[in-house]
Amino acid sequence: MTKIHVSATVNGDPVEYLADPRESLLDCLRDHLGLTGSKEGCGTGDCGACSVQLDGVLVCSCLVLGAEAQGKKIETVEGLSRGETLHPLQRKFIEHAALQCGFCTPGILVAAKALLEQNPDPNESEIRFWLAGNLCRCTGYDKIIRAVQDAAAEMRGAA
Amino acid sequence: MRYHTPKSFDEAAAIAAKADGKTRFLAGGTDVLVQLRAGMVTPDDLIDIKHIAGVSDIARTADGGWRIGVAVSGAELGRHAALCADWPGVIEGMNLVGSTQVQGRATLVGNLCNGSPAADSVPGLIAAGATVTVTGPKGSREVAVEAIPTGPGKTVLAAGEVISAVTLPARGTGGGDAYLRFIPRTEMDIAVVGAAVNLRVVGGRITEARVALGAVAPTVILVPEAAAAIIGTDLNDAALAALTAAAEAAAKPISDKRGTAAFRKEVVGVLARRAALIAFARAKGEAK
Repeated sequence: MTKIHVSATVNGDPVEYLADPRESLLDCLRDHLGLTGSKEGCGTGDCGACSVQLDGVLVCSCLVLGAEAQGKKIETVEGLSRGETLHPLQRKFIEHAALQCGFCTPGILVAAKALLEQNPDPNESEIRFWLAGNLCRCTGYDKIIRAVQDAAAEMRGAA
Repeated sequence: MRYHTPKSFDEAAAIAAKADGKTRFLAGGTDVLVQLRAGMVTPDDLIDIKHIAGVSDIARTADGGWRIGVAVSGAELGRHAALCADWPGVIEGMNLVGSTQVQGRATLVGNLCNGSPAADSVPGLIAAGATVTVTGPKGSREVAVEAIPTGPGKTVLAAGEVISAVTLPARGTGGGDAYLRFIPRTEMDIAVVGAAVNLRVVGGRITEARVALGAVAPTVILVPEAAAAIIGTDLNDAALAALTAAAEAAAKPISDKRGTAAFRKEVVGVLARRAALIAFARAKGEAK
C-alpha cells in the first residue's frame, strides 16, 4: 500500500505525515501527530466526539480522509488554550460542571467555538440545534447549553 | 486502495472506466467513508473530485437558473441568500440532512447517488425540475434527477460515469416550493415520509405544479396525478382533498421499524397538502 505524504497546518503549526489512503483524518491526528484530544466515539459521523475545523468549517474528522487534508488548515481542541490559559469555553465548562466522563467534551468545545465564531449571541434553540451532532450520555445537555451561553456572554464583553 | 485527485471530470471518468475493481467517487464523503469504515464497500480506486475546477461554485446560468458544483456543501447552499430566495424548498430539504458537522461536507449529488428513497434533498430537486450533468467516457449528457435513482442504493449511472454538476431551472415569477418530512424526533433522523411541492401561481391560480414524494416507494417518486389535482385551482379545500387522495394513491410504502405502510400512506397525504400550502404562500410572496 503506497502511503501518501501530506503537509498541513494544525493549530497554526506546519505538520507532515504519511497517511495510508484508508486512514481518516482522526486516525492521522491521533496516531501520526500524537494529538489525542479528538476522540473516536462512533467512527461514522453520528457522535461528534472527533469534531475539528477544516479550513474553518466544522467537520467530523472521522469522515475526512487524512489524504484530503493536504494543504488545509486544521484546528483541534488542543488549539483552544493559550499555554496554561484556558479558552473561555473551557473555563465555563469547568465552572458549570458541563462534563462528567469528558469523552464528548473536546468535540463539543470545538463545535461550540465554531458556533460562536459565526454567531456570538446564539439563543438556546440555536445552540441545541448546532450541537445536535454532538452526543453526550452524561450531562443531559442543560449544563453544556448554560456553559456555552455564559462563555458567549463573556466573549462579547457582556459578563 | 488507490487515492486519485483528477483535475477534470473527463480525467475522473477515464480513471473509473479503466479501473477493473470497485470504484467510488469522493466529494463530501459522509456516505463513502461510513461504508469504508463499516467494511461494506472497500474501493480499489477512490476518486476525489474536489480538485476539479468549479466544483465548489454556485453560479447563475444564462437563462436565470443555477448551476451548482458537485462539492458544494449543504451549509454553503444554506448561506447563499439568492439561491435560497429562488428555491427555498430545495435548500430546506438539503439542510435537513445530518448534523452541523455533516452539513459542512455533505452534497446534493452525494445524497442523490447514495440512492436512498428517504434522501431529504431529492424530492425538492425533482419537484423543482432539476437536472444533473452525467459525464462518462462518451462525453456528457443532461439527465432529469428523477431518472437517476433506480432502487434503494442503486442508480442509473454506468461504470465510468460521474455526475459533474446540478442545474436548477430559472425560478421565474410567481413560483414557490417547499419540502416537509416526518420524523419522530426534532433533528438528526431519517425521513419516515417526505413530500416536496413546487408550483407557479398566476392571478391567484396554480398554472404549473410538480409533486415528489420520498420514503413511500423504492425510489423518490414524481407524481403527475398529484400535480394535476391542484393545477388550475386556487388551492381550495376540494383541490387539497384531491391532492391528498392522489398522493396516498401513488404511495407504495413498506412497513419497517420507522413506520407501517398504512401510517406512511396517511402521512404522505398530510405532508403533500401542507407542503402545497407553504409553496402556495411562498409563490404569492406571503411567506419566506
